[in-house]
Amino acid sequence: MTGEAVTRVEAREKVTGRARYAGEYPVDGLVFGWVVSSTVARGRVVDLGVDEALATPGVVGVLHPGNAPTLGDGGDPTLQVLQDDRVAHWGDVVALVVATTPEVAREVAEQMRVRYAQEPHDVTFSADHPRMYVPDHVNPANVTETSNGDVDAALATAEVVVDRTYTTPAEHNNPMEPHASTAVPGDDGRLTIYDSNQGSYRVQQSLTGLFTMDDGALRVLSEHVGGGFGAKGTPRPNVVLAAMAALQLGRPVRVTLTRQQMYYLTGYRTPTAQRIRLGAQPDGRLVAIDHVASSQTSTILEFTEQTALISRSMYATDTLHTNHRVVRLDVPTPRWMRAPGEAPGGFALESAIDELAEACRLDPVELRIRNEPSVEPVSGLPFSSRSLVACLREGARRFGWAERDPRPGLRRDGRWLLGSGVAAATYPARASGTKASATAEADGRYTVRVGAADIGTGARTVLTQIAADTLGVPLSRVRVLIGDSDFGPAQLAGGSAGTSSWSWAVVQACRRLRTRGAAPGLTVTADSSGAVKARRALARHAYGCHFVEVAVDADTGEIRVPRMVGVVAGGRIVNPLTARSQILGAMTMGLSTALFEESPMDPAFGDFVGHDLATYHVAANADVRAVEVVFVDEDDDQLNANGIKGIGEIGIVGVTAAVANAVWHATGVRHRDLPIRPDRVLTGWAASTG
Amino acid sequence: MTSQRDLFGSIRVAVNGEPHELEIDNRETLLDVLRERLGATGTKKGCDHGQCGACTVLLDGRRANSCLVLAVTLQGRAVTTIEGLGDGDDLHPLQRAFIDHDGYQCGYCTPGQICSAVAMLEEAAAGWPSHVTDDVAETEVKLDEAEIRERMSGNLCRCGAYVNIVAAIVAAHDEGSAT
Repeated sequence: MTGEAVTRVEAREKVTGRARYAGEYPVDGLVFGWVVSSTVARGRVVDLGVDEALATPGVVGVLHPGNAPTLGDGGDPTLQVLQDDRVAHWGDVVALVVATTPEVAREVAEQMRVRYAQEPHDVTFSADHPRMYVPDHVNPANVTETSNGDVDAALATAEVVVDRTYTTPAEHNNPMEPHASTAVPGDDGRLTIYDSNQGSYRVQQSLTGLFTMDDGALRVLSEHVGGGFGAKGTPRPNVVLAAMAALQLGRPVRVTLTRQQMYYLTGYRTPTAQRIRLGAQPDGRLVAIDHVASSQTSTILEFTEQTALISRSMYATDTLHTNHRVVRLDVPTPRWMRAPGEAPGGFALESAIDELAEACRLDPVELRIRNEPSVEPVSGLPFSSRSLVACLREGARRFGWAERDPRPGLRRDGRWLLGSGVAAATYPARASGTKASATAEADGRYTVRVGAADIGTGARTVLTQIAADTLGVPLSRVRVLIGDSDFGPAQLAGGSAGTSSWSWAVVQACRRLRTRGAAPGLTVTADSSGAVKARRALARHAYGCHFVEVAVDADTGEIRVPRMVGVVAGGRIVNPLTARSQILGAMTMGLSTALFEESPMDPAFGDFVGHDLATYHVAANADVRAVEVVFVDEDDDQLNANGIKGIGEIGIVGVTAAVANAVWHATGVRHRDLPIRPDRVLTGWAASTG
Repeated sequence: MTSQRDLFGSIRVAVNGEPHELEIDNRETLLDVLRERLGATGTKKGCDHGQCGACTVLLDGRRANSCLVLAVTLQGRAVTTIEGLGDGDDLHPLQRAFIDHDGYQCGYCTPGQICSAVAMLEEAAAGWPSHVTDDVAETEVKLDEAEIRERMSGNLCRCGAYVNIVAAIVAAHDEGSAT
């Protein structure tokens, strides 16, 4: 079954509307919580008008700092909701109105006359912000700075130097399903929460810490999840509020964030400013890379995106420096968004590499091949496998790169200026310890339990394929259950480490069950932690590349992307159907990032100017044309039980740079700030032609 | 502040062929009535502002964002949701095509995509032009990929399944044309 294009296990549920998401469970006596959001960016709440709210028929409670329980440690300061009267950013939670219908809850919440003691705020990010500092570590636990050799000395003597600054804006994940949590107190005293997340066990662990509960007193379920892209990686305030209200009121409560509230309470991609300095010989061989990334975080939590990490593993050079800086502002806390670090970092590095190719008068594919390292540049570790050159060659062949005239600004078809660009991609191939169990049922079928989450990746399906293969039975005899905190510790559906981690434990459990004879009724468990730890030190990364064709409207500056070819070497591809969809989707999000997405801050009020799907533009169907996805075969036995490299994120890395490089090829103008809006194309032209 | 105003209305509305008599809070949208009152949670709430298309249903056969429809206005109307497509265990051809072409990932926009596609194919069959139709006076629409992409652009898919959604619609359309 592994390697076959199997349609999704939950296909029928999803196309008939029967698949239930977190806010869709029918519960008797359910009441509805509505978040009251702050309308200042910094200050204190002076008065909430709680009495008036409570007097409204249908309101069953208002949670606020005056009556909310004191929370314990949930491992994340952004979950400490309603603990004091401080407002740390626009849209911060100041109260929760609970009512018998959503209409009442919403109207009362929106009409509460909250009074604030407002304080001056600072929400404006810039690389030269005076409070910019170097943090102790960057997300998730990477060193902030690396230094190999003397970069300044190498750059001073390099014959070719590219020294550029690139910026990327704040961007919002915007999964289609808003964050929702339905908390249901049971007759047995156990609280069950249907929650939209990327890892139920992690949510359960946070909540038991926050509410000082025993593990057994709380169960978190997430059968179907309507996308996440990092925004549901760890619990968000909605689940804390739902649990708090259900415990306080002793009845089932659902809290669903509005699309607008998601912009302030569920994380986003930090804006970045990145200075890249490349030094090279005239033949394109790199002698120095310096990558320094600046980003923002909130006053609540230091989250520093690992933006410059990509430069630590990409190209060969003896002299290499990477560093990160961050500034704390009165803004919502940035978190993970698909390929945090590598996506914005890849825009800067892969744009700079294209500029270096231009400076060296060298084909950008050839330049990359000339800088292929034999070991990981920063660590000196051997690669478990690395197929970037194979990807570049295959992509160039499929795209017809050889026919490309490298000179910019030459091709025109009516109003459209045409160009093409390339960029490379990489993403770490991680795995973490996970528990799984396998049961032989009386009817000859098998049930596998693992705390995975299928946020649209196809995880449930590929785990079923792997389990069936390991057990040596057809797919129809295997049922994989996921999304249940009772199944124990498991890797999140994040970091492109879900399938690699979960499948490892699933294989162990299924093998063990088989070894023990698989008598009906027998259940065996497995924990892959030991095997994960026993791996030898190697540099494990997936690699790939993108080739993109653009058309730029000479009158309006509008950019269209008629064709994209994405090539990925991601270890063993378990299911070519769902794997292709992963890369298609990530490339689509990359295109969207390149051309549309940005969340600028309003410096006066401290809120995001666009905070819905009309003002924050994501790619629509008509924006995406021909997209080809190619997998290069890669056999790597140093990864995990199945030779899997995660493919959830690598597909977005480099797309923005490939588009920007293609726009340069079409127009002769470099765009170093995302997104490449029509007005930037037009002003770029105006500047270049004087 | 807010008083529970005495503003309710009664409607008779058919949902998937089934008649319902409902007492409606005037603030209730069709989307919330479907999801909270009738248990028809197949219709999804993605933005509640008519910006994403996840809540698309058929209203008297035409596609509509149910989050923008106040339920109290629906006296005598007929609503079809994703639960009303297909025939029992037999899937609608578009539902089958979405499975075969993997025209979805997380599945949250999927019911809206499919409802939208059902109506879109009928709009095209009726000769309605779109922004990309060369000759808007032409009464027959050649439903190529560019037309489908344009006509399906009111339904956002953040997972980025557009390429597969188009392939699924092309396949269902070809199948429909062939029979």
